Amino acid sequence: MSDVSIPLRDRIYQDNIHVFETASKKAKQTGIIFTVVVLYFLFAFFSLGVDKIAEKWNPERASFLALDIYAHKDHFKMPWKKTENKLQITLEGNLRQEYKVTPEWAEKSDDNKWTVTFKNGGKVDAYYFPDNPLAGYAVMYDFPGVEEIFTFRINEDKRPYVEGYEDRVEELPGFIRQTKNKLEVRPSLFSRIQFTKSKIEIHRFSRGWKYFWFDNNGPLDGYSLFGALSKIFSGDRIVEEMSNAKLIWVEFTENELWQHGKAWYALLETIIMAFMGTLIAMLVGFPLAFLAAYNITPLAGVRFAVRRLFDFLRGIDFLVWSLIFLRAFGPGPFTGIFAIAFTDTGTLGKLMSEAIENTEKNQKEGVESTGANKTLQNRFGIIPQILPVFISQSLYYLESNTRGAVIIGAMGAGGIGLQFLGALQTGTDFENVAYYTVLVVSVVIAMDMFSAWLRKKLIVPFGQFG
Amino acid sequence: MNSTKSIPDHIQKIDNDLLKLERAKRNYSFLSIGIVILVCYLGISVSENSNAGSFARGISSFFDYPVDIISEAYQSGFSFYGLIIKYIPVLIETINMAVFSTTVGFIGGLIFSIFSARNLIKNPTVIFWVRRLMDVCRAFPELVIALLFLYLMGKSALPAVIAISIHTAGALGKLFSEAVENCDMKQIEGLESVGAKWIMRVRFGIIPQVFPILLSYTLLRLEINVRASTILGFVGAGGIGEILSKNIQWKYGADICAVILILVLTITAIDYLSRYFRGILIGDGKKGLGFGAKILPGKNE
Repeated sequence: MSDVSIPLRDRIYQDNIHVFETASKKAKQTGIIFTVVVLYFLFAFFSLGVDKIAEKWNPERASFLALDIYAHKDHFKMPWKKTENKLQITLEGNLRQEYKVTPEWAEKSDDNKWTVTFKNGGKVDAYYFPDNPLAGYAVMYDFPGVEEIFTFRINEDKRPYVEGYEDRVEELPGFIRQTKNKLEVRPSLFSRIQFTKSKIEIHRFSRGWKYFWFDNNGPLDGYSLFGALSKIFSGDRIVEEMSNAKLIWVEFTENELWQHGKAWYALLETIIMAFMGTLIAMLVGFPLAFLAAYNITPLAGVRFAVRRLFDFLRGIDFLVWSLIFLRAFGPGPFTGIFAIAFTDTGTLGKLMSEAIENTEKNQKEGVESTGANKTLQNRFGIIPQILPVFISQSLYYLESNTRGAVIIGAMGAGGIGLQFLGALQTGTDFENVAYYTVLVVSVVIAMDMFSAWLRKKLIVPFGQFG
Repeated sequence: MNSTKSIPDHIQKIDNDLLKLERAKRNYSFLSIGIVILVCYLGISVSENSNAGSFARGISSFFDYPVDIISEAYQSGFSFYGLIIKYIPVLIETINMAVFSTTVGFIGGLIFSIFSARNLIKNPTVIFWVRRLMDVCRAFPELVIALLFLYLMGKSALPAVIAISIHTAGALGKLFSEAVENCDMKQIEGLESVGAKWIMRVRFGIIPQVFPILLSYTLLRLEINVRASTILGFVGAGGIGEILSKNIQWKYGADICAVILILVLTITAIDYLSRYFRGILIGDGKKGLGFGAKILPGKNE
């Protein structure tokens, strides 16, 4: 058997030599391309510093960000000097969000002592002495998983220290960090104590977004959403001046912490930027596309000019356009609208001119045979062919421009992008960052679904593109 | 029997139906035009309200800034060319960012698409969750992810790379999965008949079929990503975007002009190159395919 098969194999090789040669040539080519790509990939990997990803990662910030997104914290801030006047119990350390009534987790348990109770049962006693601020100290106890009772004090050099660990700082448990001027204690994820020579600050975290519906400065403080909504149907007004429904609306939109009204208006601005920008691009790009198509415009000069115009508009990225418009119009939706409109006039125009050149000329000839003039020929011979493409492309652009408008907004044009950037730059309001992210992403997804729905509605009846 | 009724009944019926359709169409057209006008009115009034400068003043001062920087560039004379050469390295950094993250996004998108294609995966739960994951990756604008990572990792190119990769993986995954789902299944069946495992079937049955299309989508994305990485440079991710933003703050007109010039040249060059290679990949070499290639009406479709 084998004697026969070898010549057969050779014969097959001889007969189809071009196939084998092409295959081996192709394999070689692929190998070279693959090697080049891998080499470049490695070069970029190291030159961009992707290998240093673990070094750059800041776990503390990451956990802080993650915690702040789903939890809020109450601040208990007690200076050792003039304690009675300067004591602050606030939400997120925001002075405008000070608790008017002392919450139940903080109590003045003695003449010179405040006790803060955490949700997990842990307690911190802070003792203060108005005559001698440096004698103030704090005791931490009852934390689950922490057997020892720690006492934090200030020494003669005005440095904070942990009692019993003066000479063996390195033996402190991991959750206590002692630096020159500060003791940072985190006995659990949801509790933090900062102890310095001038004050003690206790952060008490709890899950959830507090005051998301109504802030604590208004008459609706303490109401849940449904509790407040049910008041709409009950007769008695919460405040004299306005009806309950209006009060709920006003209190919700003017929420100081979450600024719903402002955020939603910014969102509206962003949507308007995307919508108006795309609309202008459609209205300007569509007629220009006819001027750039060789089967419509016989004048080569005009075609050339219009095409270069498209290239120019497209080539100058919307980043640069928004910079120019930012100077002209100042920050605001006009900047975004025109940056989007200018870029997309180029892209849509170019795309549509290609679509027009790809149309069948039979329809146009058919219309021509009925004696129609040029305008009518284009109207009934060309436009019905390209309209589905035009609409579906425009909707794609509307969708991607929503994302673009967020970006232009962050560069200074306003809208939700700027709000997002502002909240992120505070470095503390990550619950607002999360809120804006949710808003942005839901608008993008909604636009996505809307354009898909509209595309389906508009395109399917033409029966051309499934 | 009736001499005035020259049109047969069924034709009359079709005529009536047509008229009805036409009326409905006209109503829809008017309705949509009305909605568009309404939204425009709303949009313009909101814009006028919240814009810092008014529309009319903006139009008149539109050319001020370009004229300013171009005249400064003109005054700098011959040293302008030096500026262009000076900024080439940062341009290369931006392009590297874009190419690298497009490659990562390509790999991610390929994995996404294979695990969300109905003809390859039989488990509907897997398909559902992979698709949702893809949607989430796509829905986050690059800027949002980049800003979060910039906060977490400090200023470097890395956050931009991560952000663009995530977004690209989601965007390409969706396009790829459509391409994979439209594959010819005969080749898979052939491979199955000779006992090929699942991974072999994907490698030799699917990949060769879709690879040109995938590459052409990726080239398209590369072009978008070069623009995106420039923008992310603006918020602190390095590259030419950061240089541009600094120059704008310092009001170095000639430098701004040089950066914009090389940026525009690069974007145009990449645009043409990607168009050219896409033409080769898809086969219609003489004509570029434009952005949404798959829905353009070709003569052969």
